[in-house]
Amino acid sequence: MVRYIERADNLARLIEVNERLLLDVGSVASGRPDAFWRSILASTGDDEAFDTLVEEGEVVDVVRFLIEDPRNPNSIRSCVSQARENARMVRDQLSESLWEEINALYLFLNSPGGSRWFDSNPSHFYETIRRATYSFHGIAAATLMRGEAWDFMELGRYLERADKTTRFLDITHFLPETGDEGIDRLQAILSSCGGLAAFRELYKGALEAANVNEFLIFEAGFPRSVVFCMDRVDASLHRISGTPRGSYGDEVERASGRLLGELAYGSVEDVNALGLHQYLDGLQTRFNEIGEAIFRSYVLLPETSDERPMVPPSSARAVMDWQIQQQQQ
Amino acid sequence: MFQSYDPGRFYDEMFAAPGEVRESCQALAKRFGGIEEAEFHRRRAACDEHFLRQGVTFNVYHDNRGTERIFPFDPIPRVIPAAEWEHLENGLRQRITALNLFLHDIYHEQQIIEDEVIPRYHIEHAKHYRPEFRGMNVPRDIYIHICGSDLIRGDDGVYYVLEDNGRCPSGASYLLENRNALKRVFPGLFAGMNVRSVDSYPRELLSMLHHISPHREGNPVCVLLTPGCYNSAYFEHCYLARQMGIEIVEGRDLVVMDNFVYMRTTKGLQRVDVIYRRIDDDFLDPTVFRKDSVLGVAGLMSAYRAGNVALANAVGTGVADDKVIYRFVPDMIRYYLGQEPILPNVPTYLASVEEDQKYMLAHLPELVVKSANESGGYGMLMGPSASKEEIAAFREKIIAEPHNYIGQPVISLSSCPTWCEGGVAGRHVDLRPYIIYGEDIKIVPGGLTRVALREGSLVVNSSQGGGSKDTWVLKA
Repeated sequence: MVRYIERADNLARLIEVNERLLLDVGSVASGRPDAFWRSILASTGDDEAFDTLVEEGEVVDVVRFLIEDPRNPNSIRSCVSQARENARMVRDQLSESLWEEINALYLFLNSPGGSRWFDSNPSHFYETIRRATYSFHGIAAATLMRGEAWDFMELGRYLERADKTTRFLDITHFLPETGDEGIDRLQAILSSCGGLAAFRELYKGALEAANVNEFLIFEAGFPRSVVFCMDRVDASLHRISGTPRGSYGDEVERASGRLLGELAYGSVEDVNALGLHQYLDGLQTRFNEIGEAIFRSYVLLPETSDERPMVPPSSARAVMDWQIQQQQQ
Repeated sequence: MFQSYDPGRFYDEMFAAPGEVRESCQALAKRFGGIEEAEFHRRRAACDEHFLRQGVTFNVYHDNRGTERIFPFDPIPRVIPAAEWEHLENGLRQRITALNLFLHDIYHEQQIIEDEVIPRYHIEHAKHYRPEFRGMNVPRDIYIHICGSDLIRGDDGVYYVLEDNGRCPSGASYLLENRNALKRVFPGLFAGMNVRSVDSYPRELLSMLHHISPHREGNPVCVLLTPGCYNSAYFEHCYLARQMGIEIVEGRDLVVMDNFVYMRTTKGLQRVDVIYRRIDDDFLDPTVFRKDSVLGVAGLMSAYRAGNVALANAVGTGVADDKVIYRFVPDMIRYYLGQEPILPNVPTYLASVEEDQKYMLAHLPELVVKSANESGGYGMLMGPSASKEEIAAFREKIIAEPHNYIGQPVISLSSCPTWCEGGVAGRHVDLRPYIIYGEDIKIVPGGLTRVALREGSLVVNSSQGGGSKDTWVLKA
């Protein structure tokens, strides 16, 4: 649930920063606008789905595809629907106001008013999504019991956020060279992460690529930096399992601990040695591995002493039908 | 708002005659009458918005997947005066007492069959009769712990029991949420009106669950067993579990070992004492009932038989709310309690009884014919509004499967002022009170008033264009 909210939030930020960059680049270079969106499509892994639609002869607006196309499982609207569906399933564990917030966002995105708003005032539209997710996190922090459910939420949120921060940084890789230092881009990236002010304070305004990389990857004090997020992921994993931090009890903790160590003791030189894109790519692979390991350890229940028949995935629909069938008089 | 209201030829809950408000509703009519139509409109929309935001929605059976709707809510409450409620309460107590005695009897000595009050044939043809549970004792000897009996009111103003829902009655969450919504949107409405509170429902439900726990020591662990999130009543399951502070589980979260039921938690297994189950008997345990059920828990029935876990409602209660057995409830009351029924049944003809069938076939255009084994308003013939073809089709069905059909005269439900497009008009309503049978019998004042929103319609089911109202029982 939280992971989808985080994803929707970051996607809105990504699209916004890209749109802003596009305005600038359009006047400088004559690069095809398509190339910018490619990077975002690739970052959410939806390029294939998109291409299929295009091949079928459809004129698909990329931004619409990313924001509200129901055929795109990672569009903002799909993410929010999915988050709300997950919330509905665990509604008994959420506070009333948390559910209301997520449901309100869902209703907004699915209302005709929401679409109109997007057409007439896109930046306000993104702002609404951003505010809704801030208030989601705020309500969660203020109302939820600090227990296992909370730790799993933290886990989902920070793993997703770490991944998306690397996607922000990676944007420049997909953009055509502009000739200048790309200051505007760096500024756009920082502001879409909400970190412009913090960066200025820390680096006294020295807006250079190396500083931005250092800030967004290695700055332990900034809540969207990769190292900060990984520290939270690692802490949540250890709270869930009860293993003391600094040691590990299973493969997940080992993978997260190792990555955290590398980040905590790493520096921007590591990035330069590999090249930014390569380095970020490597991080993304590690995040995926951690995500999969979490799934193996915590979501797949070992089938113990259970005589219930196995359900092949093909009959998931049948299970749903049975659920529907149960008479509620 | 009510100036041009015409109560029509039906019994109206608010008006004795055009312009003549019943005594119990006068304060309400005055207060509502003072609201400008535009203002009323705005607040009504606020109610809908409240339900939507809260996600108080249901899924419609036989509809496309994922269709969520709010249960339409009409803000004009239905009022029940204190004396009327007392009468209803007494009648419902009497009825649930008799139904539970009947279930005990049917699953033990079957005295009522021996004494020829109910023919054996009807019991054995009841779809939900579970002969394999004969001889088993259930905790505290209670079978129907939660009963949602549907009451309707004829032209004469007499309340009739239309059916007893004794398996998994639903809708209590709407009763609670309707009150919340009305309080929120019309806060001024309640002051000085002497309306009895309905808040106690989750508490009463929980104390009933505690009462039937087979284990006396410590705090019993109760869970709500849901079929899952695709069920139409999933919202209600979450809502009630939350209000009671108990876990909501699916079959796969429970496991049976050595005839005890345990819940899987991340901290290991925890013993479960009481299960408020919202899935059908057939799906409870794949080792006993349907082999392919993935919704249930393997071994649950043996734990239940061993007396290590209590189920609410018990297994096999469906024989008591069978549409054929319904016909005999007044006889049960006389047989077990030696009393006359306080609340009458609707006259019922059984197609499996020869004279009854003859009568039914001759009077189909005047009757409501129901399939004995369906609920929710499905599988039904409304004689007066049916086409010739529909009637002919039902005639064949009745002859082919007589034990599956019953017939009843059409009782024109009472009406109640309801907001409709273009003003306030009379719409038909029924009433479903929720009876909880634990240490005592507790009935939350009022119940869920369902309203048929289509003009002239008598079908109040949510799946077929029904809505609901808040129900006010007044203090004496």
